[in-house]
Amino acid sequence: MRDVVIAGIGQTPVGEQWELSLRNSSALAIQAARKDAGGLKPESMYVGNLLAPVASHQANLGALLTDNTNLEGIEAYSVEAGEASSAAAFRMAYLAVASGWVDVAMAVGVEKYTDRAGQDQDDPIYQILDYDYEYVQGLTPLSQAGLLFQRYLHENPSAQRDAFGAFPLIAHENAVHNPNAMFRKALRPEMYMKAGMVSEPLNMFDVAPYADGAAAILLTTPDIAKDLPHSLVRVIGSDTAIDTLAVHDRPDPLAFRAAGISLEQACHQAGILPSDVDFFELHDAFSIYAVLSLEAAGFAPRGEGWKLALGNTLTRHGDLPISTMGGLKARGFPLGATGAYQIVEAVLQLRGQAGENQIPNARLGLVQSLGGPASTAVTHVLEKMA
Amino acid sequence: MEVPRHWRLKKQRYALVGEVCPHCDSKIFPPRDVCPYCGGEAKTQFAFSGRGQVYSFTKMTSAPTGFEQAAPYTMALVQLEEGPVVTAQLTDIGDQSIEIGMPVEMVTRKLRTDEAERGMIVYGYKFRPVMG
Repeated sequence: MRDVVIAGIGQTPVGEQWELSLRNSSALAIQAARKDAGGLKPESMYVGNLLAPVASHQANLGALLTDNTNLEGIEAYSVEAGEASSAAAFRMAYLAVASGWVDVAMAVGVEKYTDRAGQDQDDPIYQILDYDYEYVQGLTPLSQAGLLFQRYLHENPSAQRDAFGAFPLIAHENAVHNPNAMFRKALRPEMYMKAGMVSEPLNMFDVAPYADGAAAILLTTPDIAKDLPHSLVRVIGSDTAIDTLAVHDRPDPLAFRAAGISLEQACHQAGILPSDVDFFELHDAFSIYAVLSLEAAGFAPRGEGWKLALGNTLTRHGDLPISTMGGLKARGFPLGATGAYQIVEAVLQLRGQAGENQIPNARLGLVQSLGGPASTAVTHVLEKMA
Repeated sequence: MEVPRHWRLKKQRYALVGEVCPHCDSKIFPPRDVCPYCGGEAKTQFAFSGRGQVYSFTKMTSAPTGFEQAAPYTMALVQLEEGPVVTAQLTDIGDQSIEIGMPVEMVTRKLRTDEAERGMIVYGYKFRPVMG
């Protein structure tokens, strides 16, 4: 396997982008990533997307996106892994370059949540559930997270409910200086404590907002990228693991096994310990998922992940900053495009281009995307090249 | 119309029919023909008693399309007395407060009404508190 570096990144603002279509938004991200990489042309493209075939009545995004950006003739197709789709697409691009199959590959995440409006806007998202045994009973991803949160509080009676508020507070604080974030406004603890329940015990601020977005990453070899004017970021660990699709089929639903396995194996490949990293971009679709991810990664013992939120540890100035550009909660949660945003943001940190949000001397970053309640987990370790 | 899809699952929806593993005697729901515990082939049908207890629960205020008539409703994970856990709504709760560990039993109820599907109604299992 060859060394693989990130030569270019591009992203569009996350939010309700009514004026942009699948093809417009993805083209903006693709062109930005190519420009950032000195005009490099990909030989293959992997598109991470969840909703398009249902919400936009559009399949074969590989053909749509390449056709629309003057890249006809290259290999291109979609990769679908729920909300982890573009993290999986990034892994495909990494493998394509690492294996020697191509010298330049692109991963694109694109999602058009607002192509539908009204009462059935969220229906295409429910595809991530087990249709026959979860969805048909009336379950949604939100209530699935509510079930896990209720069980967590039951198994860990010492857990302080208000401590979970630190996750949206950190995310909103970090999004203030991210020009591409959906919510650039800090939250106050009393706002969190007064928020209405949406699926008890989850309140409104425990839930990341669904949104539109497109982001792209161009990967190549260190040699091809050596003359670029920005620092290079190397992909030193990449792994994915799965758990059961339905939460009820798990012997221990609070374990997030796939998250733990993929993270351990990605760190093993990179030759690092999780504690070596300078920041952790995790999948904070719900506050409880951030806690379960921290526990699965081994950053906290079982049942104690919420305690990490009590001090300064997870803020930009702490030992393990999370959601450094706003996370899913405040940057916004563009479903299948989310993983590409997480990678782009990690690259900004490692290049030293994160502006007000810069983690000083960031050298190693850990990025994890989940599909559903960690039914799929994709983890990458990124390193700034000396 | 998704008639074949729902018709195919009538034994599971109406009678909680799963499987029992002939190798390790584990009870399996939903049926999958391969035992999730020992990996052996498991095609022997097994009807669950429908008795169990609440493993977790959450009250939903907004419901997906087709489920509005029941909203607000309480979703639960119910651990069946034979072992497996299922996702289902709780029903006939009245003003009882729900707790993890509370005994419940299966009943057949209307799950979903779909106007766009010419009014097709999907029936299936829900769970209610065990009658004292």
